Amino acid sequence: MKAHYKFAVMACTLLMLGFGLLYSTHSVSGAATGGITGTIKLDGTPPHQKPIDMSKEPACAKEHASNPVTTETVIVGPKGGLKWVVVYISEGLDAGTASQVPPVKPTWDQKGCQYIPHVMALDVNQHFQVANSDPHSHNIHPLPKPNGPNHEWNRSQPPGTPPFDQVWAGEEVAIPVKCNVHPWMHGYMAVVKGPTAVTDENGSYTINNLPPGNYTVTAWQEAYGSQSQKVTVAAGKPTTADFAFKAK
Amino acid sequence: MMTIRTTCLCILLIAMATSIALAQGSGISSGYPTPRNGFSASEQVGHGIYLRYCVLCHGVYGDGNGDTAQFIDPKPRDFTIATFKCRSTPTGTLPLDTDLINTLVRGVETTNMPSWRPLSDENRHDLIAYIKTFSERWKTEKSGEPIKIPAEPPVDIASIRRGHDLFQKVECWKCHGQQGHGDGPSASTLTDSKDQPIRPYNFAAAGNDARFKCGVTNEDLYRIFMTGLDGTPMPSFADVIQPNDAWDLVHYLRTLQVNRRGEENRVLKAAGGPAALKSAGDKQSANHPPAAPGEIKSPGGAN
Repeated sequence: MKAHYKFAVMACTLLMLGFGLLYSTHSVSGAATGGITGTIKLDGTPPHQKPIDMSKEPACAKEHASNPVTTETVIVGPKGGLKWVVVYISEGLDAGTASQVPPVKPTWDQKGCQYIPHVMALDVNQHFQVANSDPHSHNIHPLPKPNGPNHEWNRSQPPGTPPFDQVWAGEEVAIPVKCNVHPWMHGYMAVVKGPTAVTDENGSYTINNLPPGNYTVTAWQEAYGSQSQKVTVAAGKPTTADFAFKAK
Repeated sequence: MMTIRTTCLCILLIAMATSIALAQGSGISSGYPTPRNGFSASEQVGHGIYLRYCVLCHGVYGDGNGDTAQFIDPKPRDFTIATFKCRSTPTGTLPLDTDLINTLVRGVETTNMPSWRPLSDENRHDLIAYIKTFSERWKTEKSGEPIKIPAEPPVDIASIRRGHDLFQKVECWKCHGQQGHGDGPSASTLTDSKDQPIRPYNFAAAGNDARFKCGVTNEDLYRIFMTGLDGTPMPSFADVIQPNDAWDLVHYLRTLQVNRRGEENRVLKAAGGPAALKSAGDKQSANHPPAAPGEIKSPGGAN
């Protein structure tokens, strides 16, 4: 009996020690991370965004009747901020941070014959949902580059069908997505390891949860391609990395 | 004299034997080339067949850029991307060898790809083995799991009606048109994955021997819309149509082949023709009989 007690006490102690260690390392690593923040601007006159004629899909045309939709290739805010730019760490990530997949499951929605969001950043093997909020069918047809880690597929999604779950197997910036039924629908999924961000209408972004260190941060825009710069991230205060793309 | 003669004969025989051996080694004279360039014996034979029959359209590099490709519409398949239209496997996955062999045997209807029935079974296997050397994907990935197809229920007017409702619900008509003429509102803007214009299938165009790109039978038709034709605008409906309901759609689609003398058109005519479908509604779908025991309900693996 005594031996049993001893064993139980030892096991409990070990377990408590284990949990304690796990908790302490977790909190330490959380406190020691830094981040990168910045603004991405467009120098020059932004190219004209063409209005989209959705008359072939009456429900969508009606939805946008009062506020016509344009292409979203280059969207510039009032202060010159560039929207829909993917910012990610292209060099310097440690294996631990690179392999962490965010626990959130973002949604790629089809609404008003547009992709919401127009550009989405995902981690490798991060699950995402494809949803259809429209009262009619879409087909979702991503076209990864040939012979890369990801492969083309094409799925129909009639109205009222539940969202379906997808993942991408490898890094790729960025996978174009189209709907063959509505040829004006275009979007991009950028698949990269590690923390990422997509700029808002002011061209601003923030990347969190980066351990202190030296990194190369890359900004990708669908019309202007990629730009990179080297940054040093310290614990606590986020480092600033601004980018400027030249209008063509 | 005899000795000189014998010696000459011996030298001649040795010379002949050596040249035959050399010729065989180089894969020229024997007709059974020995493997080279890291090819297996089968791939090597397939390479020879490819150079003779396929290279003009599909190109030396298998990228679909052969000399005649510029005159061909739709364009020849690019084997380097390992994306195939006719599969028994889900969208996004590699086909089975048998899928590729079936494509060789029947050719691809409405395209320039002829039937290669005259080749021997063995040669077709060799050709497929060679075609698979064009993409690394075949080395790193397994073929997809074929979709499960339950037994076909009998054709009756209720099934055709349910298929008609499904055709409306999943909006096949957006591309194929309400009558299946390939003239739906989106038909004119469709492009394939290489941005080449492509036309949706016109169900009504063919005669009694109506064929599809990926087959002729009801089961082939089932497979076409459940797996989708990768590389084209035709998506997979496996996520949205239940396996048994898919047979209803098959039965309805057959009635769009108005010139075909099939069971579906006979049943529809007996029920009063296309007007009999107008009364179809949700009530019919609700009456759909449950799957018989042992029938498979899952549409197969996703992605």
